[in-house]
Amino acid sequence: MVEKIKVIENILSANDNLAQENRARFDQAGLLALNFMASPGAGKTSLVEVTVKSLAGRFRLAVIDGDIATSLDADRAAAAGAIAVQINTGGECHLDAVMVREALPLLDLDAIDLLIVENVGNLVCPASFQLGTHKNILIASIPEGDDKPYKYPGMYRGVAVLVINKIDLLPYVDFDMDFFKRGVELLNPGVLTFPVSCKTGDGLLNWVEWLVSEIENHREKVAG
Amino acid sequence: MHELSVTESLLEIALRHGKSANASHITDLYLVIGQLSSLIDDSVQFYWDIVSKDTLAEGANLHFQRISTQIRCLDCASCFVPAGEDLSCPNCLSTRIEVTAGEEFFLEAINVET
Repeated sequence: MVEKIKVIENILSANDNLAQENRARFDQAGLLALNFMASPGAGKTSLVEVTVKSLAGRFRLAVIDGDIATSLDADRAAAAGAIAVQINTGGECHLDAVMVREALPLLDLDAIDLLIVENVGNLVCPASFQLGTHKNILIASIPEGDDKPYKYPGMYRGVAVLVINKIDLLPYVDFDMDFFKRGVELLNPGVLTFPVSCKTGDGLLNWVEWLVSEIENHREKVAG
Repeated sequence: MHELSVTESLLEIALRHGKSANASHITDLYLVIGQLSSLIDDSVQFYWDIVSKDTLAEGANLHFQRISTQIRCLDCASCFVPAGEDLSCPNCLSTRIEVTAGEEFFLEAINVET
């Protein structure tokens, strides 16, 4: 006998459920967790470095670095002053909730205020896999070109914050900021945006101030 | 999209529901995929034939129901299907829009033999 059974289940529900478990652990520890996503070379690790240097001393910081191979990024985050854990995905082009969960026992979550998860450099796959982090942050960069929102709509639609890095290169590159911003506005109206240069330090103060208020608000929310 | 992970996930869900219905065989899977989810049907089918082998769902047919993107303008409230990549409102040209359909990505039902 053939019978039709109603399912109605999100196809990535296994990952989504694990992401929720990760989130519960972050909340229990009272830490704020961010997922940094970007194309390769946009400056994820540079932003991690300057962020860690700015906040070290005030907050306890940890970084989970995802890469296909090497521990170069975790080494840079550690040198900047964070507790850093490297995940090597061994070929996978994105982090998923399982990989993040496996990295958590290496960290004392109760002794962390801000956890940055640095995803694998890729503007496609990471957008589909929730990790349990509280906010998705996209780091765009000027040399990538102004057409990226139009070409990678899934990534631009799913983020809470957009950092535009390498603005010091604007005079040297054909990058139409109005065209770029129009693409962003279509996909993610009103998204919080921080134009910065990790090299010159331009704009970083706004980014760091925002982060400080986020960490403090989050701590109050979880405690309350 | 990441078709192999997606296909493995799909199999896990189908087997779980099939087993709880005491199915001897899962014959069909009905997927609902929004246009914005950018899943490649052929690629899922390719992986499906491999991952479903020697399971309850071996050889099951995959049915893809595609949902077109629908947008609602937050300024003039008109609803429209975007033409191409431009998601702005054709009525008032606003870029303040909300996606109301096209992000679906779920398994709706399965057919089982008991």
